[in-house]
Amino acid sequence: MAAVSILDPGKVRADFPLFARGLVYLDTAATAQKPKVVLDAIKSFYEKSNANVHRGVYSLAEEATQLYEGARKKIAAFIGAHPREIVFVRNATEAINIVAQSWGSRNIAANDTILLTEMEHHSNIVPWQMIAKKTGAKISYLPITELGRLDNNYISHALKQKPKIFAFTHISNVLGTVNDAKEMIAEAHKNGVPVLLDASQSVPHMPVNVKDLDCDFMVFSGHKMFGPSGIGVLYAKRELLDSMEPMLGGGDMIKEVTFEGATWNEVPWKFEAGTPNISGAIGLGAAIDYLQSLGMENIWNHEVELAKYALAQLKKDDVVTIYGPDERAGIISFNLGDMHAHDVSTVLDQYKICARSGHHCCQPLMQRLDTPACARISFGPYNTKEDVDAFLAALQKAKKVFRL
Amino acid sequence: MIDEMYQEMILDYYRHPRNHGALPHPDIISHDVNTSCGDEIMMHVLVKDNRIGNIRFTGKGCAISQAASSMLTEYALGKSLDEVTKFNKQDVLNLINIPISCMRLKCALLGLKVLKLGVYNYLGKKLEVEDAED
Repeated sequence: MAAVSILDPGKVRADFPLFARGLVYLDTAATAQKPKVVLDAIKSFYEKSNANVHRGVYSLAEEATQLYEGARKKIAAFIGAHPREIVFVRNATEAINIVAQSWGSRNIAANDTILLTEMEHHSNIVPWQMIAKKTGAKISYLPITELGRLDNNYISHALKQKPKIFAFTHISNVLGTVNDAKEMIAEAHKNGVPVLLDASQSVPHMPVNVKDLDCDFMVFSGHKMFGPSGIGVLYAKRELLDSMEPMLGGGDMIKEVTFEGATWNEVPWKFEAGTPNISGAIGLGAAIDYLQSLGMENIWNHEVELAKYALAQLKKDDVVTIYGPDERAGIISFNLGDMHAHDVSTVLDQYKICARSGHHCCQPLMQRLDTPACARISFGPYNTKEDVDAFLAALQKAKKVFRL
Repeated sequence: MIDEMYQEMILDYYRHPRNHGALPHPDIISHDVNTSCGDEIMMHVLVKDNRIGNIRFTGKGCAISQAASSMLTEYALGKSLDEVTKFNKQDVLNLINIPISCMRLKCALLGLKVLKLGVYNYLGKKLEVEDAED
């Protein structure tokens, strides 16, 4: 009989040394806290297995290479990809820049359209603006509805105009909206449009399978999924990676170098110039083991439940403005009366509640929502209902401070 | 701490900012954004006899940034440009007179930075951005 494990956030919490500080951490969408197993994996690599990868033939170097490539295999299996389709990068931002520069410079020309949405993070806007400026291409933004969703009619209309690429976020880091990626990708492919999926907010929180989604490119950051900062992933279909020129040149990315020129290594190493973030990759591998031990379905259900609970409470208060739809991931952005989000966050901080405030790297979306900033809470598997209650209580204090 | 920080006077300046708005044909137009949080201040100044003849500001941001900027405009009015170039962090802290954390210091000093950069520019002098907040 398959045991259905239910996530126990109290137990999960105990795996994270930082919570010894006794705070309520509601900013996992910005970065997740790190479990001890990840910290141990990094420490153990440096203490026991450190050597450069893909170079030495001595057994220590072999061991380091196996650990690094083993992490790649874990990540591939985690998202349903082949290891050769996994490029290690610094973060999702770097991954999008590689696609925009390497793939974009070959496939995007003057007057072509790059299709994005109004809910994108700066990381999925600015790299495209850079390549658009270089090539003379145009960027088109799919509008969001009043509820913070994408509209299917707009999507199919925009795709019929045959943009060169459609890049969108799986889950909005502000609105919590979960886009129907599978259907959007199918619709794009019907029109012959390749898709880049920004999975920064989805891969850490729900089951994501690239084969099932059939996305052409997918990017995410390790630090949002319990891994260390400085490691992230670019997934791309093999034939796309093969067709792309590397963005950086140097060691490890070459097959052969002469004084006259060089030929490239095979993928994914073609894109990994220089000594990579070895311990970062190993840490990310350990993070994936940890995520799988909790179960992605369990994490998702837990966080959605917390969001539902918090949303229901927040909605009772007419001083609170909430952005985004009812059905959402574990992310809630809001404003409190005429109080600026930084002031909200400052008061929450007095009660040891870590909540982000500002534009959340989504200035165009803030313009669309007609607010300079908002406060945001976001959940991880270590958050409890008590965390939400502590947050709600502190919000009442904030209202009092501002006489709301 | 929190009640001290958001005392009545700060909230009053936030909700009813003095010298708020724009000036027609200002001699100085200065604007800056705090990139980390998006707070924004625009200042307009009319210069009269080498003094701040009139001053207005507009902006978006937290209570601290908006209140501090408003207080600063009141403080600057009538002062000589030379005096304004010598305004410093402590002047602003004296004006707002509340305990403030390191993180929020940038909010409090945004108006000062905008005003000083504008005046330096008007005088044809160069000011390093780092020095504008000191």
